[in-house]
Amino acid sequence: MSTAAPASALPSYADALARYEPVIGLETHVELGTVSKMFCGCPTAFGAEPNTQVCPVCLGLPGALPVVNEAAVRFAVMIGLALHCDIASWCRFARKNYFYPDMPKNFQISQFDEPLCTDGWLDVEVDGEVHRVGITRVHMEEDTGKSLHVGGATGRIHGATHSLVDYNRAGIPLVEIVTEPDVRSPEVARAYVDELRELIRTLDVSDVRMEQGSLRCDANVSLRRRPAPGEPDAPFGTRSETKNLNSLRSVERAVRYEISRQAGRLDDGERIRQETRHFDEAAGRTSPGRSKEEATDYRYFPEPDLTPLALPVQYVDELRAGLPELPAARRARLIAEHGYTVRDLTDLRNAGVLDLVEQTVAAGATPVAARKWWLNELARRAADAGSQPNDLAISPADIARITVLVASGELTDALARKVIDGVLAGEGTPDEVIAGRGLAVVADDGALTAAVDAAIATAPDIAEKVRGGKVNAVGPLVGAVMKAMKGQADAASVRGLLLERLGAS
Amino acid sequence: MTDHPTPSATTSAAATTDVVQLTAAATAAAIAAGELSAVEATQAALDRIAKVDHTIHAFLHVDAEGALAAARSVDERRAAGERLGPLAGVPLALKDVLTARGMPTTCGSRILEGWHAPYDATVVSRLRAADVVLLGKVNMDEFAMGSSTENSAYGPTRNPWDTTRIPGGSSGGSAAAVAAFEAPLAIGTDTGGSIRQPAAVCGLVGVKPTYGGVSRYGLVAFSSSLDQAGPLARTVTDAALLHAAIAGHDPLDSTSVDVPVPAVVEAAGRRDIRGLRVGVVRELAGDGYDPGVQVAFTAAVETLTALGAEVVEVSCPHFTYALPAYYLIAPSECSSNLARFDAMRFGLRIGDDGQAGAEEVMSRTREAGFGPEVKRRIILGTYALSSGYYDAYYGQAQKVRTLISRDFAAAFERVDVLVSPTTPTPAFPLGAKVDDPVAMYLSDLCTIPSNLAGGPAMSLPAGLVDGLPVGIQIMAPPFADDRLYLVGGALEEALDAQRGHALLDEAPAL
Repeated sequence: MSTAAPASALPSYADALARYEPVIGLETHVELGTVSKMFCGCPTAFGAEPNTQVCPVCLGLPGALPVVNEAAVRFAVMIGLALHCDIASWCRFARKNYFYPDMPKNFQISQFDEPLCTDGWLDVEVDGEVHRVGITRVHMEEDTGKSLHVGGATGRIHGATHSLVDYNRAGIPLVEIVTEPDVRSPEVARAYVDELRELIRTLDVSDVRMEQGSLRCDANVSLRRRPAPGEPDAPFGTRSETKNLNSLRSVERAVRYEISRQAGRLDDGERIRQETRHFDEAAGRTSPGRSKEEATDYRYFPEPDLTPLALPVQYVDELRAGLPELPAARRARLIAEHGYTVRDLTDLRNAGVLDLVEQTVAAGATPVAARKWWLNELARRAADAGSQPNDLAISPADIARITVLVASGELTDALARKVIDGVLAGEGTPDEVIAGRGLAVVADDGALTAAVDAAIATAPDIAEKVRGGKVNAVGPLVGAVMKAMKGQADAASVRGLLLERLGAS
Repeated sequence: MTDHPTPSATTSAAATTDVVQLTAAATAAAIAAGELSAVEATQAALDRIAKVDHTIHAFLHVDAEGALAAARSVDERRAAGERLGPLAGVPLALKDVLTARGMPTTCGSRILEGWHAPYDATVVSRLRAADVVLLGKVNMDEFAMGSSTENSAYGPTRNPWDTTRIPGGSSGGSAAAVAAFEAPLAIGTDTGGSIRQPAAVCGLVGVKPTYGGVSRYGLVAFSSSLDQAGPLARTVTDAALLHAAIAGHDPLDSTSVDVPVPAVVEAAGRRDIRGLRVGVVRELAGDGYDPGVQVAFTAAVETLTALGAEVVEVSCPHFTYALPAYYLIAPSECSSNLARFDAMRFGLRIGDDGQAGAEEVMSRTREAGFGPEVKRRIILGTYALSSGYYDAYYGQAQKVRTLISRDFAAAFERVDVLVSPTTPTPAFPLGAKVDDPVAMYLSDLCTIPSNLAGGPAMSLPAGLVDGLPVGIQIMAPPFADDRLYLVGGALEEALDAQRGHALLDEAPAL
């Protein structure tokens, strides 16, 4: 890099990758979907008025004491088991001491050297290649309150005139899932978070909504020189930690940016500072957090207000036995049984319809039809309504019934959509809607033939074009027939009939 | 105060036959029998407070209205034929480290001045459920750190036996209130001796229950793994009644243990210790112990022998390290527990001028709000927990703690209870040790081992040294609190018989 180049000119990502190998580790905080908080009985619902879900315990009032939420422990163990971790038969909570206004006690109850779950892994697939990401640990802790900095430009504390704190979030149970520095690309980083999110969603222990902060990701990124052939790996470089990435896309972009940024500094002979950084989504850049002159000393020590957690083997075994089918196993099964591709499954999952499709197949639809209706028609309707496909007032059994009727020719796709309209409007089952609205394909050739003849007679110029070989000009005639038939005809058949009549087929 | 009263037959407290002289058991019995109303008992205590507390300064807050309302409720329900508990209508002084609705909670600190807790400590809700009448909050060393009550931000409490002297600490207000007949009962808390040492120097019975025996919910923590609330009273039976009222499992305190409360009241009345094995701890004697304390202790041990106990000497070699271990563990926990006093949500706020950031406000509030002893311990504890020092200090202290527990366990293989003096000296003059923290810390030399090991311990009046009370300490294994009351009840009866009256009858009138 020329010394004349401005400091902001980063090497291209490809250049950076050519010279350096990224080493990436991820720390993910997941809010557990318990009814009450980690150490008290306060509710955990998202979006309540500030400071309405608080009590002496989660406000850290003098004299108040924590009591461990059993459901939170259970959920954390389930996550550990699903990540193939060892579950500690005995472990303790620890206090992590630091002062911050959104932390009521000025210490966080967390775990330090005795985490609940250790030494697991998660396989993630990118472009057909499986990457095994080692899981160092999964530990439990409580969330902090949420600071709102008012009066500044960016919502950051810098420039703010004052700050408000909402303690509703204080004490919400969290697990922190820490990976080994096994990840080597932004794509795998993203895929890991995606897979982890899917895994936790399958366990039904968190709603894992990144935009609401119930899943938050910190990315540790460092670079090391790629070794020449035959050379051993270089030691790890100094890492930066980019905090609070709140979408999959941000995970990938932030890691990618850090790779370029660090490559630029290393190219210039500068050192990488070990620091926390923030990712600015609009600018697509990371910037340093408030730098501390010294490393923070959290003065961890075992939490004396809680007794050690000693989980009986039987308790863990029962949870292990009760785990649902995990995403990787399910994908393998759906590919084998339903003939879906990995891409199909990704699409279905991203559309939030995978469960619905599976249930629809179970109710009698073909995998292809179930996929088609949920992925296109129903996902779109949910999106139009601003809701989730799950929330639509139509069941997989209804959709299965509709696809069966389509397959048998009793409904056209257009009629099927009207049946869906009716079911969504609360007019009953698909069969009731068909009866009520009189929506069946008209199989009476006489009526259809008459309509076809009438359409041709009404538009002789179009008919002439079609006769002359412009087959695609037939569209308006098809429309006219369908209109005359009030939609109760199969458009493909109408088209065939028209072309046949016009000698163009 | 230069002209303090001295005990004499004519001015002795025993000379006045007053409601406030009654034990808790006698007060409750009189109320139950309809000979005394709870309102009369409460008013008598309030009158006594009004009369003597300007001298003693035990109370930080007197809730006359609340106390009388509670007393009226007792009287009404008794009149309606309701069956009431064994302490119904008995007035009590509450150490200001336990939260109670309707009263301030200061912990003897400026930093909590004016703070009203929105909830009752479990001990308090149990007292209310038992119809005990809460008179108010009593003085203490700031955040229970001290042995003289001189570390209170609200001024020291004076020892009713000699108002130029300290009442002990940190539960000095609790002890002084009971010794001055302002209340027959008080709740104290004991982290390193803070119930037993004031009980000893004020001539009272004071008990630190087994750790986990009494809920800590609502007890503002100094050192979470050591703090325990317990009774101060004038008799072993009164202490047992109060102990039974507050003890028992509490789901709000994870360290509270779900085992049956030992039968302390029954044990207090048994008065038979024949064949009981008593161990005298060799390490809790010698240099630094006032000869008079030794004489009184030895006499009490001889009385135990006379009562049929088998007395042997036992060695607990690691007790020597108890004090230094305690002064690492307790400050470490305190440095974390007291972090929440940061001006953000409650209590004092200094420096919030609209310009200062949160960190500066926290810092200025803590600078202004904490006294020197609290700051000293926060600094000690912060240091002991620091990265690179943890193993050498906190970690090492925890190992000592384990060794002390093993010493206890080994001793209790051989004996049923252990005994020692409660304190090395009688009450010292106010101001004598305020500039010498280590000398002050030595007040708790004998009491700290039980806190570190978690077992229960009692201080019982052993006698007087130059007109000042000293105590004998009885220690038992965890959850064998009843043994304290068994030994204490028998010894109290014998010692009272020897001198012909209760020790407190010799206390000067105020």
